[in-house]
Amino acid sequence: MENIAGTKSSLTWAVHIATVLLVVLWLFPTVGLLVSSFRTADQITGSGWWAALFTSEQNEVLRAADPDEARVADGQMYVVSGNIFADNDSPTDKEISVWGTSSREIAAFQAGQTADLGDGETLTLEANGDYVWRGTEEQISGRGQRMFITAEAPPEFTTENYVTILSGGSTTDNMSKAFFNTLTVTIPATIIPIVIAAFAAYALAWMEFPGRALLIAIVVGLLVVPLQLALIPLLKLHLGLGIGKGFLGVWLAHTGFGMPLAVYLLRNYMVGLPRDIIENAKVDGATEFQIFTKIILPLSFPALAAFAIFQFLWTWNDLLVAKVFLIDATGETTVMTNQIVELLGTRGGNWEILATAGFVSIAVPLAVFFALQRYLVRGLLAGSVK
Amino acid sequence: MHPALQGLLTIIIGVSACIGYFYFSNQFLDKILLPAKGPKAGRNITRANQIRPWLFLFPAMLALGVYLAYPVLETLRLSLTDRDAGGAFVGLDNYRQMFGESKFWEALRNNLLWLIVVPAASTAFGLLAAQVTDRIAWGNVAKSLIFMPMAISFVGASVIFKLIYDTRAADTAQIGIMNAVWLQFEGGLGSFLFLRILPLLILLSFAGIVGYAGFIIGRPLWNGAYRAGGGAMKVGRAVVVLAAVWLAVLALRNVIDVMTMSFPYGEPQTWLTIPFFNSFLLMVVLIWIQTGFAMVILSAALRGIPEETIEAAIIDGANPFQVFFSIKVPQIIGTIVVVWTTITLIVLKVFDIVFAMTNGQWETQVLANYMFDKLFRASDWGVGSASAIMIMVLVTPILIWNVHNARKEMA
Amino acid sequence: MATLNLTNIEKTYGGKVNVNVLHNINLDIDTGELIVFVGPSGCGKSTLLRMIAGLEKITDGELKIDGTVVNDVPPAQRGIAMVFQSYALYPHMTVRDNMAFALKLAKKTPQEIDDAISEAAEKLQLGEYLDRLPKALSGGQRQRVAIGRSIVRDPKVYLFDEPLSNLDAALRVATRIEIAQLKESMPESTMIYVTHDQVEAMTLASRIVVLADKGIAQVGTPLELYERPENEFVAQFIGSPAMNLLPGEVVTTGAQTTVKLAAGGSIVSAAPTADADKGLKVNIGIRPEDMVTTSGDSFAFEGRVKMTEALGEVTLLYFDKVGDNDAVIAKLPGIHRDLRGNVVRMSASPEKVQIFHDGQSLYYR
Repeated sequence: MENIAGTKSSLTWAVHIATVLLVVLWLFPTVGLLVSSFRTADQITGSGWWAALFTSEQNEVLRAADPDEARVADGQMYVVSGNIFADNDSPTDKEISVWGTSSREIAAFQAGQTADLGDGETLTLEANGDYVWRGTEEQISGRGQRMFITAEAPPEFTTENYVTILSGGSTTDNMSKAFFNTLTVTIPATIIPIVIAAFAAYALAWMEFPGRALLIAIVVGLLVVPLQLALIPLLKLHLGLGIGKGFLGVWLAHTGFGMPLAVYLLRNYMVGLPRDIIENAKVDGATEFQIFTKIILPLSFPALAAFAIFQFLWTWNDLLVAKVFLIDATGETTVMTNQIVELLGTRGGNWEILATAGFVSIAVPLAVFFALQRYLVRGLLAGSVK
Repeated sequence: MHPALQGLLTIIIGVSACIGYFYFSNQFLDKILLPAKGPKAGRNITRANQIRPWLFLFPAMLALGVYLAYPVLETLRLSLTDRDAGGAFVGLDNYRQMFGESKFWEALRNNLLWLIVVPAASTAFGLLAAQVTDRIAWGNVAKSLIFMPMAISFVGASVIFKLIYDTRAADTAQIGIMNAVWLQFEGGLGSFLFLRILPLLILLSFAGIVGYAGFIIGRPLWNGAYRAGGGAMKVGRAVVVLAAVWLAVLALRNVIDVMTMSFPYGEPQTWLTIPFFNSFLLMVVLIWIQTGFAMVILSAALRGIPEETIEAAIIDGANPFQVFFSIKVPQIIGTIVVVWTTITLIVLKVFDIVFAMTNGQWETQVLANYMFDKLFRASDWGVGSASAIMIMVLVTPILIWNVHNARKEMA
Repeated sequence: MATLNLTNIEKTYGGKVNVNVLHNINLDIDTGELIVFVGPSGCGKSTLLRMIAGLEKITDGELKIDGTVVNDVPPAQRGIAMVFQSYALYPHMTVRDNMAFALKLAKKTPQEIDDAISEAAEKLQLGEYLDRLPKALSGGQRQRVAIGRSIVRDPKVYLFDEPLSNLDAALRVATRIEIAQLKESMPESTMIYVTHDQVEAMTLASRIVVLADKGIAQVGTPLELYERPENEFVAQFIGSPAMNLLPGEVVTTGAQTTVKLAAGGSIVSAAPTADADKGLKVNIGIRPEDMVTTSGDSFAFEGRVKMTEALGEVTLLYFDKVGDNDAVIAKLPGIHRDLRGNVVRMSASPEKVQIFHDGQSLYYR
């Protein structure tokens, strides 16, 4: 429509603004989590995460270095000099705007001004924190001079939370085991259903046999069966068969639950492959098995990739199946989603832990999503649009 | 053995077992059982080709049968038995017990609310996003960002939104954006506009849309028009009309509440504990996730509309809104229905969000979580199964509709 | 290299209602022939080809290749190769791999495969494209790969299923000539070619099989079909514009036959008749290009020219309709726009006049 004569540009602007608003609205929650995961516990409770992105004004009370150790004689007078931030182990990348020497007048002086503390005692504080404190022997003694500082601090982030979550911390906080467990659940639960479903989809798409239409209808029907229904009977079955709770059970369960979508998606794609190619392969002397492996599988790559992404995201993000079929009383086989839910209960207020754990759990799916989005979209379209 | 190693081994064993099964069963069929040689070659080939589909299908059928078909029947059976009485048949007792629980009715009511709000909002936002992103140069970037929550787990999303809804004591800094924004309201003109007028407009337009939709769908009933369809169709229409009227009345009743309610300005709220309102806060999470899905599908449908119909409408003098509502939307109505039903299915099964955020407290219970409670906390398999069957009953219309469509397509 | 014998071939599609699409097909094809199947769409010509290929089951009857019944032999073992309308190239394989696929499945040695491919590539000028994927080729090149893929297998019978219909007009002519040359370079090979394009059929075929109404309407060389169609269907199917059919009655019989036409005129045909035929109700058939204007009293047809179409080398005259027959069309050499609106008398020389009784030509009694 852009090329049509006489279109108003105001509408184009409205479209741009609407899009920006939508994107910001949709991105805002995730960004909040990401930013929070890089802040210390004090920072998180001190201000909203949105404040962390901007330069913030901080008030600090700092002391000059201990005069008894640091003073230097300068004729009759004694001098203590240094950097107020460095002396107090405070980050030095701040810029002082105003300061004072008493809590009642914390903004008495501009940076760079010299304060007269009475009886010839002076204190000069520069914007970068350098100070010079000068006075008589009695004046420059005891404890260091207090300074009330108002400083502009740039945004500040830390990766400490990730260290805690991934390699240190207590057993409840450390996610590395859950991370590997999730991976262990996910990969076989993604690959095995693809292999099984691909053969079935080929049969349903390209082989003639009685009952084919009925089978396809059944697959379509099973597509919407809520997996809640499957929980008790299958748990009973697994316990009965001796599989119990564990990885094998969860792999089998994911294979079963992913099967309808896999068969449906792959069949829809395969049925759209040109008939001529398959017949030509038959004339060329390929058996059904060879047609499947040498012609159909390579050509179905987009659909296979699409389902693989679906199944990967679904198994990675799953909580219910893992809770029922995998996680036993020992908690050795916990997965990330489950651990986060537990953290929500036990450490509901510790956002530095929660945010980091949450972000660790969504990082892999997000990476997969952005890398393979093309296939995901194609798969969605194959599965939904008629 | 380390689970990761075990996993690797499973992949290798599992995949090679699958491929081996397919390969050797085919070899066995072609070389030993029915060889394509000798005097019976022709007959053997025909027979082998009759058997082969079942070889290809067998593992998938087994998985589908054991993991989906059997459980449906078994759950139905369990819902009629009592575990404590050694699995004795108790008829509809479990259902009776379930129907007697107020928590069940709360879950059902919430589920219906979810069913209306989430698909409607996701589809509407998705349509809006699809329409605006299709028309600008950086649309693909915008799309991929709106689509991104799709990759995030319900649990991850729950964490994200818990941060948004977080509450701190009144005299400390609020770190949840919702309370931070809330504390900006002081009862002045801004508060009046945002907290009275805006909800009023939303409620009124909702009542209007619902009422109008009900009117359109119900019109054939009292007009006696031939389009009213058969008996089942008429019942369906009547149900939709009743639901629409109920929703419209509900919305209008809330208008009064919104206008008269006194807001606790200046006090941080614990949002997730405010009954009724908190359900909507949970729905926001799912809408946030599903909008991207709706957008992707609808955007493809919008692009599939023949350009000529749009150009013809522009030459006929339609403005962009008329083009959108009178030309584009009617042409993608089929896709909108598909998106709507798909999201409906997801809503019916929603569990993780409620489980992670409120666990059904403060009147946010939904059926799936109610069922989980019954199964694994109360260990009441009978009532748990009965509530699972309730979910199944709710998805059945969609199941029938999908199967019907699939069969129509193949015929 | 191979003969084909089709005996009483039947094809019926099962289902709730059985649909008979081909009935009682009998056809013998000799080594080195290029047989073209033509017919209106839906006549079953592609089905017949696919039955020969083994892609469709033969419901009844017998198909022999080189004297062996092959009804139950799978496609790959029939010694055939097929070129599809859509080329059916494997999109994920290079040109070389496309050609090698069948040979690898047949467990040929790499040396044999290489030799076959380079020979075919040379014949079809595909040498420089061997390592490309099909999507990097033009339509004509893809077509040549599809042909090359069949050549490397050195089959007994080549099957072509409308191989040119996906090409544009200019390329179609060029490729048609290439196929004709290919056939000349392989005089021993038998080819069966399905098309709906008459020009392809007339130029390529050693014999044409016209299929209609579930069966074979006529088998013959292109000129036989054009000059002596066996029935009204073939008469009207071959040639454009279609042959004019005019109803009449036999008045004199003998070595030549005179027919008095219902519309008034009369004409002499070279078709012989017996005395008993006198008074027989017939249709005479004259091709538009065989019609000549006449000023004399012996004319076959008289009518007002409703419209003219000057095509340059010829002019088409469209006459007013007479009764419920199709409007008569004449094709005259040169430009004759001035005839529009005039009443014109037309005739034709006796050997160009067909006589049909009950749809069957009297030449074939």
